[in-house]
Amino acid sequence: MPKWAEVILVPLISLLLAAILSALVILAIGEDPVAAVKMMVEGALGSTYAWGYTLYYATNFMFTGLAVAVAFHARMFNIGGEGQAMIGGLGVALACLYVPWPHWSLGLLGAILAGGLFGAGWALIPAWLQAKRGSHVVITTIMFNFIAASALNYILVNLLKPKGSQDPASARFPEAVHLPTLHELLAPLGINFSKAAPANVSLLVAVAACVLVWALIWRTRLGYEIRAYGQSEPGARYAGISGVRIILISMVISGALAGCMAINNVMGEAERLVLNATEGAGFIGIAVALMGRSHPFGVFLAAILFGFLYQGGAELALWTKIPREMITVIQALVILFTGALDNMVRAPLERIFLAARRGRG
Amino acid sequence: MDFLTILQILDSSVRLATPLLLACLAGLYSERAGIFDIGLEGKMLAAAFLSAAVAAVTGSVWLGLLAGIAASMVLSGLHGLASITFRGNQLISGVAINFLASGLTVLVAQDWFAQGGRTPSLGGDARFTGLTLPFADALAGVPVIGPVYAELISGHSILVYLAVAAVPATWWVLYRTRFGLRLRAVGENPAAVDTAGISVVGLRFAAVAICGLLCGIAGAYLSTALQAGFVKEMTAGRGFIALAALIFAKWRPWQAMWACLLFGVLQAIALRYQNIRLGEITIPVQVMDALPYVLTVVILAGFVGKAIAPRAGGEPYVKER
Repeated sequence: MPKWAEVILVPLISLLLAAILSALVILAIGEDPVAAVKMMVEGALGSTYAWGYTLYYATNFMFTGLAVAVAFHARMFNIGGEGQAMIGGLGVALACLYVPWPHWSLGLLGAILAGGLFGAGWALIPAWLQAKRGSHVVITTIMFNFIAASALNYILVNLLKPKGSQDPASARFPEAVHLPTLHELLAPLGINFSKAAPANVSLLVAVAACVLVWALIWRTRLGYEIRAYGQSEPGARYAGISGVRIILISMVISGALAGCMAINNVMGEAERLVLNATEGAGFIGIAVALMGRSHPFGVFLAAILFGFLYQGGAELALWTKIPREMITVIQALVILFTGALDNMVRAPLERIFLAARRGRG
Repeated sequence: MDFLTILQILDSSVRLATPLLLACLAGLYSERAGIFDIGLEGKMLAAAFLSAAVAAVTGSVWLGLLAGIAASMVLSGLHGLASITFRGNQLISGVAINFLASGLTVLVAQDWFAQGGRTPSLGGDARFTGLTLPFADALAGVPVIGPVYAELISGHSILVYLAVAAVPATWWVLYRTRFGLRLRAVGENPAAVDTAGISVVGLRFAAVAICGLLCGIAGAYLSTALQAGFVKEMTAGRGFIALAALIFAKWRPWQAMWACLLFGVLQAIALRYQNIRLGEITIPVQVMDALPYVLTVVILAGFVGKAIAPRAGGEPYVKER
């Protein structure tokens, strides 16, 4: 099969199948899919306010999508992005609350460091258990998601909650670490971006992360080793690549990326740590990485697509009878077709291309 | 803590352990045949919704149970299609099934009943009620044995007894029948089974179907016996606790029952007490919530006896050409 078919055609057909089934679901609950798509486009792309939300969600998904993608390259399935992002949120909150940052830019650097370290730490334990004890990383990361939720619940309710507050949330971060929103960033350029939308400077960090991950995977020795290990474990071992090292490093990078998501949702949007701040973004990362074929540019596009679905879906829930859970269904269908049923799409295509080549030859 | 309180906690543990046990046995069949299933949660959720919905509409809990089983088996079929027929990634398929169930249940519930993603409350024949075992009332007055029999053993719904009966049944099927031998073999070395002229695909689909059946009963129990109706995300991670119990039990039926009872006790205690005081130390409720997962990680890490999964688990079988 030619490369363009592999990279473009297969994901497109998978996406199309998911879209057709989603349209059928909308029809089945008595709504009009065409009108729904129109409303989603209007609500997610129709104004700078809409774009502000779409890009805000996309920023979250870029971080978690990259996290899953990096682990995929080493043939590790990190389902723990959700927990790593939660714990990353804790790191960001601690950095913002307890360090007197003079300027938001320094605060952002500190927060990236703290969130990354906390997320990486939370991924390190399952990674170490996989590398050294052979415990399946999928199961341990699932367990660590639940443990993270309980731990965060305890920390918020018993330790971080300000005295006298009923809300299980931390205190508000100081004004000094307020991240500039797109409105504030674009105003000097003469662009009037919506003031109410939460998209902020973290978007640029996420895009930079995409570029860095691309460079890491395809332009460094470590990236080569990660891919080699993912392709063939015995082959990598024969080439002198240590499996333990690759598992640990790839999972730590993965966890750090997931943890960095917190600079967007915790530091950029909420400006305090709340319960369930991640809102399932860690799991959407799985769909984003599968859709984007684990390539950073693919992840970037898929993250924007899911940002669109998320914001568009919220609009649908607001104006029609279609509940917000429609996005979960679409997400499930995307994971199903691009991930689990990949061979169903691929095998017939391969046969067609093979027949075409034979016909020519 | 007096005798009656302990009895009440144990009674509640049995109720809470039942869905875990059914789902755990479901996972046992599937994983012993070499099909990893992290979609137990989704299958239970789908079954919980459809059984409550059908029971609410028809007024018959038995029709509800059948519908729940059907819903769960459809998702099982999807898992089989993806992971056996198309040799896809079993873990990714499981993740997709969980999300599919999580989204579709609320979507359909909202469309059918328009009550914010729940079904109407069930009552009367639309719900499984407790069975009073023979002599429970007569024996209640006898010290110690009487209350244990009347409170703890009697008075559960029929599905609880079914779940307990499923444990020896599973043991017998796995270790005393030809089907069980083949099932275990296909999870360890499918090539050997294939060489013997037995269909790997057939066996694995059979295992996945049994898994769907048991998950269906587990889900129906949640919404028609443990609670009266479906609410959004009502499985609340039970599918994953069942998975944890399965690893804790090292993929064996009797041990699965004890593991589920242990996790049931933890849930019951967490439900009854917010914080537990042991002398000077207070154990917060979050510790009880996280304990099953922590225990599983410890077991998986091999610090307390090693948990070794079926060898061919997670690998699609490709026949040699």
